[in-house]
Amino acid sequence: MYDDDVDITETKLPGIGIRHDFLTDGGRRVGVVSHRNGQRDLVVFSKDDPDSCSQVLQMSGAEADALAQFLGSGRIIEKLATLSEQISSLATGKVRIAHGSRYDGLSLGATKARTRTGASIVALMRDKEVVPSPGPQTQLRGGDTLVVVGTAEAIDGFKQLVNE
Amino acid sequence: MSGLLLIELGIIVLVLGLLGRLAGRIGLSPIPLYLLVGLAFGTGGLVPLAASENFIGTGAEIGVVLLLLLLGLEYSASELTTNLRQQAPAGLVNMVANATPGAVVGILLHWPAPAVVAMAGITYTTSSGITAKVLADLGRLGNRETPVVLSLLVLEDLSMAAYLPVLTAMLAGLSLAAGAMSVALALAAISVALVIALRFGRALSRFVFSENQEVLLLIVFGLALLVAGVAQSLQVSEAVGAFLVGIALSGRVAESARAVLSPLRDLFAAVFFVFFGLRTDPADIPPMLLPAIALAVVTALTKVGVGIWAARRAKIGLAGQVRAGTAIVSRGEFNIIIAGLATGSGIVAPGLGALAAAYVLILAVAGPLIARAGDPLGRWVAGRAARRGELRARRERAAATSEIRELRT
Repeated sequence: MYDDDVDITETKLPGIGIRHDFLTDGGRRVGVVSHRNGQRDLVVFSKDDPDSCSQVLQMSGAEADALAQFLGSGRIIEKLATLSEQISSLATGKVRIAHGSRYDGLSLGATKARTRTGASIVALMRDKEVVPSPGPQTQLRGGDTLVVVGTAEAIDGFKQLVNE
Repeated sequence: MSGLLLIELGIIVLVLGLLGRLAGRIGLSPIPLYLLVGLAFGTGGLVPLAASENFIGTGAEIGVVLLLLLLGLEYSASELTTNLRQQAPAGLVNMVANATPGAVVGILLHWPAPAVVAMAGITYTTSSGITAKVLADLGRLGNRETPVVLSLLVLEDLSMAAYLPVLTAMLAGLSLAAGAMSVALALAAISVALVIALRFGRALSRFVFSENQEVLLLIVFGLALLVAGVAQSLQVSEAVGAFLVGIALSGRVAESARAVLSPLRDLFAAVFFVFFGLRTDPADIPPMLLPAIALAVVTALTKVGVGIWAARRAKIGLAGQVRAGTAIVSRGEFNIIIAGLATGSGIVAPGLGALAAAYVLILAVAGPLIARAGDPLGRWVAGRAARRGELRARRERAAATSEIRELRT
């Protein structure tokens, strides 16, 4: 998930959970203590005493998820947004596979989407889970939503193709 | 049945609840207060109990089982074995440094060997419950010295699995052969439990697991009582049996079982502390006060020393070393369990119960305060060392320049 140049240390805390921490380029050590009951502590190590934490922020599992979203997947959306700004003709769209669509149960490759419409499928959303860059052998199911990148016409074309 | 039993129980539990609230407000562990309640009621206390002593006795036994079961659930087998491999030297130093003072006091008081061994165990173990809570309260769970502290606690708890069977065998007055037999049995049981947990932990946990909390509660609690009872009938110590059940369960079962059993543990553990207080005559405490204070001071210092040494071994800075040392001074639940085993066995060791009660009262109160003081103390020590280093460097520089000057002239 993270680049290899972030050197993450993992430490087991018996009876409590696990701690991950790393040193930022700015010279500060930050970490997360993951409790086994789902609680997460965001810890920032002290400047003067590198063994101790000067800040401890206790978060519930849901709060930690929210924070992770801002730090993590939020950045991916941000990158996508700047990407489509850079290429003004490029658009992204969500296309739902209807139940009973002719591709319900077939593989993604069977749609031949890129050759027929010029649209690229960048992600598949199923049951609130996201599969990034699905391969041609990925099975499609009714109810799936595909995230598609291409020109506006290509996206429209793809919409028609899967729901003929 | 005149309702006396319920009235007595009701009063005791209500008083415990009110005291627990008080303890929470002033940031104190409730254990010393529970002990005081026990001392106030019962043998030689202000209000002798008539009807409920039997029930409390049974409740106390269940309390020991639950304390050990939950302790076992805290750890997974792999955590125990990796800690044993990595931290064995620190664990050994901890044991020698802290068991010796207790044993010496026992010998000085002319107690029989089993009581001496019991007293050694009483001064040896840190209260992992109090320490874990203090670390969380002080926001030190992320600190770099915390894994060192935790692994010391893990090793203590693991060593109990070997110590308790030995103690039980000695207290039961078994012959050397029979004693060795029961200890061997216990060690075999521990190995089997660890192997089961490491190899088949998932299958076992799946068998025990239930989405229904009520079912899960009954199965895990029943299993622990059964194994504890079997262990007891083999004179292996019921505490070890319950501990092993806790270790053998892991993953989702351990997580859910911990959640459903914790309230039950809190109730029966409180009953256990009260029961220990009930059986101790407060009149025995004053003559034991001086030895208890001396023992508390000495073993507080030995614990601090062990913590500092273990942290230095793990390359933690000075301030962190002091924090690690001061964090592990508290004594509590385990020490009372050991004392309870000794006083309940009928060996003649006058004042053991009173000494243990006074000792734990002192360190359960002082321990968290000492841990709290570890932060400023560590900063002070580290600051002083830094200043001294600077001073030395300046002096050396000055000496060097004057030497150069001398050479020139």
